[in-house]
Amino acid sequence: MKEDVVIRVEGLSKKYFLGQQAGGAGGLRHAIEDAVSAPFRWAGRAVSGARVPRRVAEETEFWALRDVTFDVRRGEVVGIIGRNGAGKSTLLKLLSRITEPTRGCIGLKGRVASLLEVGTGFHPELSGRENVFLNGAVLGMRQDEIRRKFDEIVAFAGVEKFLDTPVKRYSSGMYVRLAFAVAAHLEPEILIVDEVLAVGDSEFQKKCLGKMHEVSTAGRTVLFVSHAMHSVQALCRTGILLNQGRIETMGPVGGVIAAYSNGAREETGGGGDIASNRSLGLSLKTATLRQEAPAGTLVVSAHFHLDKTISNAGLGIHIETADGVELCDLRPETTGLAFGDRKGPLHISVVMEDLSRRLGAGTYRLGLSFHETNWRSCLERTIIGEFVVPAFDVYASGYPPKYEKDGPVVLPVRLLHAE
Amino acid sequence: MHLSPSPNPPVEKEGFDLWIEAGHAEKHYWLDLWHYRELFFILAWRDVAVRYKQTVAGTAWALFQPFLSMVIMTVIFSRVAGLPSIGNAPYAIMVFAALLPWQFFSSALSASGQSVVSNRDMISKVYFPRIIVPTSSVLVSLVDFLVSLLILAALMVWFRFPPVWNLSALPVFMVLAIVSALGAGLVLTALTVQYRDFRILVPFIVQFGMYVSPVAYSSDLVREKLGAGLFSLYCLNPLVFVIEGFRWCILGGKCRLLESPMLVSLAVSFLLLAFGIAYFRKTERSFADII
Repeated sequence: MKEDVVIRVEGLSKKYFLGQQAGGAGGLRHAIEDAVSAPFRWAGRAVSGARVPRRVAEETEFWALRDVTFDVRRGEVVGIIGRNGAGKSTLLKLLSRITEPTRGCIGLKGRVASLLEVGTGFHPELSGRENVFLNGAVLGMRQDEIRRKFDEIVAFAGVEKFLDTPVKRYSSGMYVRLAFAVAAHLEPEILIVDEVLAVGDSEFQKKCLGKMHEVSTAGRTVLFVSHAMHSVQALCRTGILLNQGRIETMGPVGGVIAAYSNGAREETGGGGDIASNRSLGLSLKTATLRQEAPAGTLVVSAHFHLDKTISNAGLGIHIETADGVELCDLRPETTGLAFGDRKGPLHISVVMEDLSRRLGAGTYRLGLSFHETNWRSCLERTIIGEFVVPAFDVYASGYPPKYEKDGPVVLPVRLLHAE
Repeated sequence: MHLSPSPNPPVEKEGFDLWIEAGHAEKHYWLDLWHYRELFFILAWRDVAVRYKQTVAGTAWALFQPFLSMVIMTVIFSRVAGLPSIGNAPYAIMVFAALLPWQFFSSALSASGQSVVSNRDMISKVYFPRIIVPTSSVLVSLVDFLVSLLILAALMVWFRFPPVWNLSALPVFMVLAIVSALGAGLVLTALTVQYRDFRILVPFIVQFGMYVSPVAYSSDLVREKLGAGLFSLYCLNPLVFVIEGFRWCILGGKCRLLESPMLVSLAVSFLLLAFGIAYFRKTERSFADII
């Protein structure tokens, strides 16, 4: 198993200095003092090899990361979560070698690509074509590699007509699409992604997620930082929860997300669950997806707890494709998944049958929502997991419909007449 | 540190392609530099392309500035001050032979000093050997230098001043010009990242440098008027050797490059480069943190 470890992090720590930065807003006197003393300081350092401290009294130490240790095996998709300032970005910066650790070490196996931002190095005056080459080089691609993938990149971005227009005239959507297209065609063995998904419209975010899913299913290792729990849950199998620079929890993603939500709720004084609505005293404690025989059967089990009575309680089921295209949002009034006035624990199991006659073969995600009086949603849709629809030759043609090829929905089609 | 036993067992680092450890200079640095060699040209190409896209006159600017400097220096120092040229060379050509490396040096110095700060988005978001950034801006100045060689050719035709065989040694002195520019540029780049004061200081350093380099006058004049002692001090300026080397290539005449004060100047260029690389490597690890 040991040779399968592609990322090894040991006792990793990173210290920053807060406050007074050299040459910063320290006023003219400090600036001159700095400028004058600088040559002596570095001369001293160069000669003795020791550090000559610079006005240490005015600086405050801050450990952005403290003694972080973990291993990542090949093909793992790891989500790194934590609140702002927990050290997520610092960890990614260390792993992508943008900055050096203060203590500890990192081992990496294989080609690493880090995507902390889309469009790094894009120049507004240059044309789309020129920027593809520039950005590719900045991300570490070879020119012949970019040339080879150029058509593919342009097609993915859908900007063929504007290739020779300066990108400053691009709409922001086009700009982001082109930038992401370049990044998406990197072929790393280890991909490190920061919250790039936070930029762009929802369409773009779905595209990003889809691409990342594709990367992860291709057996590459992905490290993914995000605040969006549903994307972490959908993409990752393992999670690392950082808190104030230390690892708080590490393990299967469900538990880590739960720990994160607990932490978040403890802050506001709530209980620990997958999702909850505190004002109504409603919480989703556990939720599981189980694929059962015959193929194409899915059992959804959910355990809710209602502290107060909720009248006309109902369960909503939402299904989307792995790249985030919504397929259905079934409301309780439609499905009849309504349970009247309820209080206390509520265990619900729902079975969905014959899915492979209705959906193309592929991976889909399932989300749950909870509704009250007038079918008003009182627990927003939460993605609880993924399921796979197996291939089934619905049309008896020898070619079972596949999501990739035929789209998600399978409709009954039968030949009536041909002349 | 070795006094207290390490609390952790030694870490298994076998089999990893890349091993990053705190405080250890990376062994991969020069290998990475080779891997990223294309970026070096792409960044230079970007700067040239962007400049010519935003300006109306484009390449003409690379010609205009040294040409005008040459005219003014010739008028002031030859006609007004009455300084002598070297041998029978026209003063204009003598000045321009020095302006070629000087313009290259000064523009390389200003450009590389700013380069890391103006590319801070890239520095803080992507890894690549940072030394590529200032080096590629030296390359941009090299492009301007090659363009301004055209003026030299035009001047030689105008004054009917035939080229001498020494001209074939020009590439050697060009390399020396690059050595000095890169050395000084790397030091200034690293200093500018840490202390933005150097953004303000660089134009002054460049202006000052022109007076203490034999650009508008010949270094023979300095030797005559100030004596051997002060001339040795003057030769601590690495550009003295480079500029006089250019003059020797273009104007011919007696070669005084191998005299000891001149060799000091040559040695200073290489020391500057060695120091520049060492200092840059030392500070670049924290660029992303302080930029």
